[in-house]
Amino acid sequence: MTSEQRVVLDPTSEQKPKSIPRAPRLASLEKRTIGLLDISKPKGNVFLDRVEQELRALGATVERFQKPTFAKLAPVDLRHEIATRCDAVVEALAD
Amino acid sequence: MSPSTSLPSGLVAFVKRDCPTCELVVPVLQQISAKASLTVYTQDDPTFPPGIPAVDDTALEQSWHHQIETVPTLIRVEGGEERERVLGWQREEWEALTGIPALGDGLPALRPGCGSLSVDPSREAELSVRFGGSKLHARRVELAALEDEMEAMYTRGWSDGLPVVPPTEKRVLEMLEGTTRAPDDVIATVPPDLVACTVEKVAINAVMAGCKPEYLLVVLAAVEAACTDRFNMHGVIATTMGVGPIIVVNGPIRRAIGMNSGMNVLGQGNRANATIGRALQLVVRNVGGGRPGEVDRATYGNPGKLGFCFAEDEESSPWGPLSADLGAEPGTSTVTVFAGEGPRNVIDQRSREPMSLARSLAATLRTVQHPKLAIGFDAMLVIGPEHARVLKEAGWSKEQLIERLTELLTMPGEEMMRGVDEMAEGMPESFRSQPVTKFRPGGLLVVHCGGSAGLFSAILGGWASGPKGSQPAVQEIRP
Repeated sequence: MTSEQRVVLDPTSEQKPKSIPRAPRLASLEKRTIGLLDISKPKGNVFLDRVEQELRALGATVERFQKPTFAKLAPVDLRHEIATRCDAVVEALAD
Repeated sequence: MSPSTSLPSGLVAFVKRDCPTCELVVPVLQQISAKASLTVYTQDDPTFPPGIPAVDDTALEQSWHHQIETVPTLIRVEGGEERERVLGWQREEWEALTGIPALGDGLPALRPGCGSLSVDPSREAELSVRFGGSKLHARRVELAALEDEMEAMYTRGWSDGLPVVPPTEKRVLEMLEGTTRAPDDVIATVPPDLVACTVEKVAINAVMAGCKPEYLLVVLAAVEAACTDRFNMHGVIATTMGVGPIIVVNGPIRRAIGMNSGMNVLGQGNRANATIGRALQLVVRNVGGGRPGEVDRATYGNPGKLGFCFAEDEESSPWGPLSADLGAEPGTSTVTVFAGEGPRNVIDQRSREPMSLARSLAATLRTVQHPKLAIGFDAMLVIGPEHARVLKEAGWSKEQLIERLTELLTMPGEEMMRGVDEMAEGMPESFRSQPVTKFRPGGLLVVHCGGSAGLFSAILGGWASGPKGSQPAVQEIRP
């Protein structure tokens, strides 16, 4: 290689991932709204039903959400709805 | 223009020894040199032309900056500004430009010149890198003096496991000659990182994959098609299933770039087939960030995830091209992307009538993913020329074939139930009392290619199908 060939072009996105701090952890579940997101994989609902029971027993309000398909990203409106209505979210991967 | 590249006032000529017209006008240049201020730039031999002190332009810097396309070129310069130029030898024009009468006595009145070395296709990209100021935006990565350039591609995480061609600026500029699109044109948003991908980034990865510039427009179309919501590249990357984007090329471009649609069509050995599919996967890896073990969660993957691209054999096909089945205008060059696995061979060396052959094909198609799972997965049936002949001789259209296969692949729901045949896997209870068809409408694609010997076809099993998974996407190839 000649010296000119020792310089190559970056094939990547050159993106620098932004660091986003985690949301503050909840001190208690009392009177908090917890979203449960079913990604539409088989039996995700079975898992989330049980999680819902446990959360209610701890005093939380539970809202259920579902992605239209596990194979694609959650639609932006769904993400917005969860973010505005819930204090925290639990997402169920399943199979 | 910087002072170093501006031309001296007076008369200026660009010549090369390897040009009969330049040889011819040597006496004329000597004649002019005796009467006026003449500067001669010589492109290939500083001792040429004899008897006149020439300026060495073997680096072609002046020739490139002054856009010399022909030698000899004669230019009149005043105060650093070009006023006039003549290409080749034209006595009257040379006399008018120089103001010197009776030039080149005894020479023909007219002789066209030769090509300037600065526009030689093999050197143009290099010159544009050296003198042009780059039109490319990608970050420059300088390799350390002791770093092996091939190893450097691996250590930076840019390789799919095989060696890649180092993407130097010269190579990328040459690659970009393969399209009329601007390097900063954004052509797709590449998952999983959802990155706006420019023509330049595709060209860089196409260089690395080993593409020739004439493949670039196919790669661009494949990236566009794969990054649609319809195809859902994000899901194809992230799934645990062993699928990847399979590219089928239709139309005149196949022959123009020398793609294989015949013997060993799904195998190795043809540069276009091998590198176009690889380029798409390198874009997904490097631009989109879709890497195995990260967002790519495949349990097995398949060897086609290094790149899987082939051309349909349209010339000897009894039917229209795959692209037309998906809505493209026949005769246009297209790519179709299909989320699929590696090929499964189907042997039937006995059938000479179409229904028997269809039964063999259906029996094997039934096993895609699982014989008791249906509707959720598409398949691409790759009909070999010898099987196509059986169907052609019986006068079967492609539609007829798909119709017969659909009938043969429709089973009573109760035979597909979970637990039937002592297999826990199967269709859920809600399908028990209805006929179940293996593939959704439009979920069985048929393409024609392969070697001319062998009573075989092949099946490429698909992934989660339809709007909730991946649908085959066709994209016209544009310049």
